Amino acid sequence: MTVPRHRARPFEEIVAEHGALVMRVCRALVGRVDAGDAWSETFLSALQAYPRLPAGSNVRGWLVTIAHRKAIDQLRGAARRPEPALELPESAVPEPPDRDDDELRAALDALPPKQRGAVIHRYLADLSYAEIGKVLGSNATAARRSAADGIANLRKLLSKGTP
Amino acid sequence: MTADKQIVQRLARGFSSAAFDADGALRRRLATLAERRGVLDLTYRTVDSPFGPLLLAATPKGVVRVAFSGEDHDAVLSSLASEVSPRMLHTPRRLDEISRQLEEYFARKRRAFTVRMDLQLAHGFRRSVLLHLRDIPYGKTESYRAVAKAAGNPFAVRAAASACSHNPLPLVVPCHRVVRSDGTPGEYRGGPEAKRVLLAMEAAK
Repeated sequence: MTVPRHRARPFEEIVAEHGALVMRVCRALVGRVDAGDAWSETFLSALQAYPRLPAGSNVRGWLVTIAHRKAIDQLRGAARRPEPALELPESAVPEPPDRDDDELRAALDALPPKQRGAVIHRYLADLSYAEIGKVLGSNATAARRSAADGIANLRKLLSKGTP
Repeated sequence: MTADKQIVQRLARGFSSAAFDADGALRRRLATLAERRGVLDLTYRTVDSPFGPLLLAATPKGVVRVAFSGEDHDAVLSSLASEVSPRMLHTPRRLDEISRQLEEYFARKRRAFTVRMDLQLAHGFRRSVLLHLRDIPYGKTESYRAVAKAAGNPFAVRAAASACSHNPLPLVVPCHRVVRSDGTPGEYRGGPEAKRVLLAMEAAK
C-alpha cells in the first residue's frame, strides 16, 4: 500500500507549523480567556482526523475550518462536555502572556458572524476568499464582500470609540 | 481606504502570537488530552547517551523504536508516521520509564530492561530472533549461528544477522550481544564502535 506523501508528516510538525496561527485565530474568535480551550479542541479534532485527511489538502484551511467550528460550539456553550479536571498542575490552561487589543475584540464581537469570520480568516489566517467561502458555507464572492463589509463596520465601530 | 488599512494592521498587531506557548504548557496539555481520548498513537522524545542523542518512540502498547544518532532522526520519524501512524506528538509521555532505565544502564546500575515493548515493526523470522535476543543475559554473547538455531532455523544465519541489524529496539532488545563466530563484534545499528563499547562495559566486573 502506498502512503500519500503528506501522511508521512508526523502530526507534531503540523502543530509546530500552524500552532501560532491557530492561536491567533482562536483569540480573535473567542477571546484570550477561552482561546486555550479552543486551540486544544481544534488540534485534538485535527489529530483524530489526521490520517483521513486527503492528499494535497490545504492544512491551514483545514485547521482554520475546525477552529471556526470549535469557536461556534464554544460561543454557544453547547455540545462540549466539560473536561474532568486533570491531575497534573502543568495541565491548567496557560494564560497568554501578551495582551490582546480588547477594544478591537469587542468590535469584532459586534460584527455579524459571517463578517467576523471573513475578517479573521482573511487578515489573521491569511486564507484565500475561496477557502473562506468554504469555511463559512458560502463562496469566494460572498466571502470577499463579507470581509469588505466587516472591515467597513469595524472602522465605524472603532471610530465611535465605544464599540 | 487608509483607515481600512489601519484596521487591518491593528488586527495583525492586536492578536499577535509572538510568545505563543513559550513554556510549552499548551502542547503538554494537548498531549495529555490526546492520550486520554485515545487519539495519540505515537509519542517520541530524545535522550542523551554516551553515543549521542537517542530517539525513543512508544505506542500505547510499549516502546516501539530506539534510534541511534547515526540514523537520521527526521527520517526515522517520517517512516514511523508511515509505518505506524502519523498521529504522533513530541512528548515524554510513555517514555519516562525507558529513559530512566537507559540512564541507569549506561551508568552500569541496571542489567535488564523491564519496560513493555511493541514489536510491531518486526515480522516473521525477524520477530522470532528479537524474542530470543531478549533472553541473552547481560554480559553474555551468542553467535549469529546460535541465534538462528534458537529462533527456529539453524540455516538462516544471514537472516538472523539481518534481523539484528534491523532491530527496531537496539539496546532494549540486546542485539549487541550477538557476535561473529570468530569472536569479533560484527555490524551494529549504532556503529561497530558502539557495539565494542557496550560489550566491554557489560564484560567489566
